[in-house]
Amino acid sequence: MLIAKVIGEVVATQKHESHVGQKLLIVQPLELDGSNRGDAVIAVDSADAGVGDRVLLVLEGYSAMTTVGRPESPIDMAVIGILDLIDLP
Amino acid sequence: MILARVVGTVVATRKDPRLEGKKLLILKPISPDGKDEAGYVISVDTVSAGFKEVVLAVSGSSARMADGCKDTPIDSAIIGIVDTVSLDSDSNDNKRK
Amino acid sequence: MYLGQVIGRVWAEVKDPRLGGQRLLIIQPLTPEQKPTGKQIICTDAVGAGAGELIYYCKGKESSFPFLPIEVPTDMTVVGIVDSVRVERSC
Repeated sequence: MLIAKVIGEVVATQKHESHVGQKLLIVQPLELDGSNRGDAVIAVDSADAGVGDRVLLVLEGYSAMTTVGRPESPIDMAVIGILDLIDLP
Repeated sequence: MILARVVGTVVATRKDPRLEGKKLLILKPISPDGKDEAGYVISVDTVSAGFKEVVLAVSGSSARMADGCKDTPIDSAIIGIVDTVSLDSDSNDNKRK
Repeated sequence: MYLGQVIGRVWAEVKDPRLGGQRLLIIQPLTPEQKPTGKQIICTDAVGAGAGELIYYCKGKESSFPFLPIEVPTDMTVVGIVDSVRVERSC
């Protein structure tokens, strides 16, 4: 899993039926120093996250699908938690 | 599987219910000779690893095979605490704890 | 999933039988600001996307799931046509 920041949302009307009713967030994966890690990606939201939140991004299909209750659907990443604290002693 | 060092923790209150009670640690991958490698990963701890310890982490769907992780939405799990790493090219004094 | 734009199509006469009837799209991956990023890729299509459209696609094993029970040998599939993108990087 990676730390990511929610930076936006995508709206799509015509999409795979398994994505209907799902909120699609644009999330920017982050490095530990807070810099960007590659390009931003689109993830389904299971944690009711909003723009500006630091979130836990899971990058594995089964985890992503089941967290929004859509097994066997084309979902490869999901926001599964909102981070309260990142502790790097 | 990768070798990694525990460098921190993250805390999330609002999360998938299947993650309740799971400890989430920040791991920095290391090479077998102990040097930090690029990137990081957040991993579920199944072996009570501690800060700065060198651990073995498994990623992808195999992470769910770790103890207590069946059917959880994770992509990385810590499955061992490394005691020693030895490389063929190492002389004994290069052996690392 | 990842943002992209349809920039072309590929046709192939000889292909895996389970790819039969699949539309193959050439996609340019985009940043949320809709700037091209990375190399162009070939995706199967689960939503009927057309030339020039802004889309999002899925990578990996999951990209074959829209076509079940046929196990299509694909690793990237267009799964949605994007109507709008809102980005606020500053917060």
